[in-house]
Amino acid sequence: MTEIFLYTLLITAMASFIGYELISKIPQTLHTPLMSGSNAISGITLIAGILIYPNVVDDVLLKTIVLIGVSFATMNIVGGFSVTGRILEMFKKND
Amino acid sequence: MTESLYLISAVLFIFALKLFSRPSTAFRANNLAIGGMVLAIISAFNLKFADYDVVFYLVILVSAGLGVVVSNRVQMTQMPELVGIFNGLGGGASGAIAYVELSNSTLVLSDFSVAIFSMTIGVFTFSGSLIAVAKLRGKLNSFNATVINILSGVLLVGVITMLTTKIDYSTEYIIILSLLLGITRVVLIGGADMPVVIAFLNSLSGIAAMAAGFIVNSIILIIAGALVGASGIILTLLMCSAMNRTIYQVLKGGFGTTKINNEYEKDPISTSAEDIAIQLSYADSVVIVPGYGMAVAQAQSAVKELTNTLKSKNIEVKFAIHPVAGRMPGHMNVLLAEVDIDYEDMFTLEDINSEFSATDVVLVIGANDVVNPLARTDEDSPIYGMPILDVDMAKQVVVIKRSMSPGYAGIANPLFIEENTKMLFADAKEGLENIVKSFELV
Repeated sequence: MTEIFLYTLLITAMASFIGYELISKIPQTLHTPLMSGSNAISGITLIAGILIYPNVVDDVLLKTIVLIGVSFATMNIVGGFSVTGRILEMFKKND
Repeated sequence: MTESLYLISAVLFIFALKLFSRPSTAFRANNLAIGGMVLAIISAFNLKFADYDVVFYLVILVSAGLGVVVSNRVQMTQMPELVGIFNGLGGGASGAIAYVELSNSTLVLSDFSVAIFSMTIGVFTFSGSLIAVAKLRGKLNSFNATVINILSGVLLVGVITMLTTKIDYSTEYIIILSLLLGITRVVLIGGADMPVVIAFLNSLSGIAAMAAGFIVNSIILIIAGALVGASGIILTLLMCSAMNRTIYQVLKGGFGTTKINNEYEKDPISTSAEDIAIQLSYADSVVIVPGYGMAVAQAQSAVKELTNTLKSKNIEVKFAIHPVAGRMPGHMNVLLAEVDIDYEDMFTLEDINSEFSATDVVLVIGANDVVNPLARTDEDSPIYGMPILDVDMAKQVVVIKRSMSPGYAGIANPLFIEENTKMLFADAKEGLENIVKSFELV
């Protein structure tokens, strides 16, 4: 195990803990937008696609697979945030 | 520089979750999260925009366009399917990235294991989610549970063996096995268990992204993935405890398929829309319990109309929402919010259960198992111990339902034949519209 790996594990543990604490406080009423919002955030894999794409441009197969990943992640980000906004708009106008 | 930008976007995500705790601030939370995402994407390019060809930008542009179109066209009743598709896309994206990293780079052992893990989870989430969406759309029905459970067990052992032995299996085999595992695992789970499945797959899509973060050494992927993973796990546990079942019991599938005696000792009291209108007009307090039947019938607007009518007669109206009502967490709340019903009027099981005894009329719309008193009394019942809405404590109960057919658990509901219960056999939308019409005549 490298030191970097352990350091990353520590970050993982802390992020999970903070996430758990904050999300536990979200009321039932908002659970559906919470899920579509987390869909959008899980599109963060796009970052990985951006990072590795320049390394694979010479291999047609791998390039295509990265592009599939990039496409999926982008749909998640844009679709997820947009539908979450649509739902939260409905809750907002109640105020 | 790039690293500190990532840090800011992580902080934005965390603040967004904090603001998500209230309906009034949640809209701002979404915008904060968008800001965090945009910042992360810009940082990832690291000003080297020229390193990417036209195809890359084109793929992003077209996918983004598709995302906008789909998210604007989807009906609120279809949210479970949409979230199911997004879960699958998230898993698929991480699986694809992990596969490419496994094929392209020489990874150190720890990263290699994480990459295999990310790929397996990602691919499982992808195929499992597609099956979940097909189940939600009612495209897949009964299968022989025993055969599929054995098949799925063999596949699981196969995947674990591949992952733990030193023999160099080709990654393609692992992909095929994970795909099949996702299909066989989800295909047996249906109907009212979907909230658990959707939340579980949601969590896995986050965990796959987090693992992908380890491979490409990206802190933002790890943090964002962990947040999504945590969110999904919390919802999974909440849904399980709302059904008094464990995640293992849910994933085993086949619930409600065993034949149980579901005959009724006597006939229910059937009523008409006119009678219900009269009954409601004498009430001071009404609690409405929406269920999946309301979503299927697209009856939200009719519910709103009835609510307006009742409120105009100074009758207090509240909504009691069981955590697993519908097909995903919070499904009913969104449908009611869509028709402008105030979220202050929506109550959780814990908040409303003590109030039923003081309620004049409870109106159950297309819900069944979540109001079945057997959960409190019959130890042999498959739903025994599940927290239910105690609507039978109310002075009068009206159930709008198409027939006496059992709910997902496959058991009879003695609430329907109780003396203070009246049944309106109708489609939820039609039934409610008729009640509203009858009010004009009362």
